Amino acid sequence: MAQRILDRLKETFGAKILETSSPSGDEVAVVARDDWPAVARFLRDDPVCAMDMFIDLTCADYPDRRERLEVWLRLYSIGHRHRVCLKTRVSAEDPKVPSLYDLWRGIDWFEREAFDLFGVVFAGHPDLRRILLYEGFEGHPLRKDYAAEKTQPLVGYREVPPTKVPPFGTAEGMPWSRR
Amino acid sequence: MGVEDRIRLPVRTEVLGGAEAAFATTRLDQLLGWARKYSLFMYPFATACCGMEFMAMSAPKYDLARFGAEAPRFSPRQSDLLWVVGTISQRQAPVLQRIYGQMCEPKWVIAFGTCASTGGFYDNYATVPGIDRIIPVDVFIPGCPPRPEQALDALMLLMKRIADGSARGEPILANGQVV
Ligand code: SF4
Repeated sequence: MAQRILDRLKETFGAKILETSSPSGDEVAVVARDDWPAVARFLRDDPVCAMDMFIDLTCADYPDRRERLEVWLRLYSIGHRHRVCLKTRVSAEDPKVPSLYDLWRGIDWFEREAFDLFGVVFAGHPDLRRILLYEGFEGHPLRKDYAAEKTQPLVGYREVPPTKVPPFGTAEGMPWSRR
Repeated sequence: MGVEDRIRLPVRTEVLGGAEAAFATTRLDQLLGWARKYSLFMYPFATACCGMEFMAMSAPKYDLARFGAEAPRFSPRQSDLLWVVGTISQRQAPVLQRIYGQMCEPKWVIAFGTCASTGGFYDNYATVPGIDRIIPVDVFIPGCPPRPEQALDALMLLMKRIADGSARGEPILANGQVV
């Protein structure tokens, strides 16, 4: 659907576009993180692309890859009505990605969210704090190596007598429950 | 005697002299419990999808006014029944605890829905596994969300427990015993 954007990116940036694909008609281009701001700026300013609307920024963790954190940027052009997804990959040891705050102000909280839940550090973001979790929370829970049962309660738990009757017991279909 | 009648009358009350009774005897704590159960002022702490079911329950069709519990008070200082309706995240836990602390004695708590009761399927870093881990609870309502009939059933159960003094979380028994 928006193959011309991928073509345009490839003719402009050549080998800097590491991969392209179109899963289910959803055009995807992968770049190195050093090219991240330049390609994003090109997508916004180039008259053929004209991606003036920032849709989403998020992240995915692929634990068996070396560069396991994949940051996704979804863009849309209101004028041309086409969309594209730009991705970059970083390792968990050096999870730094240049911030795109200067290009789209709306990206502010999205970058904070990706930082909060995945620990991606957006260099140049003016206020990179946790946004959903609380001060004092350790680690980044959507990374696959965050233990599934690990909780960090803000208030101490009470000792509770085992008063609950089914359907609340483990015998009644909640074997995964922490209690 | 049906359940209805048992809810209407203070337990172990003797009405003397038939229809033209000049007086009735009872015990002070039973009289207090009987009065209290019909004047519950609720504080709805609605955080998630169960809130919709709670609204359906408090709307005219199910008519909470029948139980004298229809008036919401959006200040915990003026209410004595805390409905915790929906998922409680770890980040909200201190808020809920504080709201509970601000309510005057005697006070009661209903955990509305599976999330409030056990954390439900949110068995993860973000969710409190049951509000009884942070505040005392008198009645749990299972269901995702519960049907209004279930909630009314729970309310009637709570009224019964208030009347016979067996509800937890309150020092109203005349003998000073907290159950
Ligand atoms: S119990 Fe179900 S309906 Fe209620 S808050 Fe939880 S997920 Fe939503």
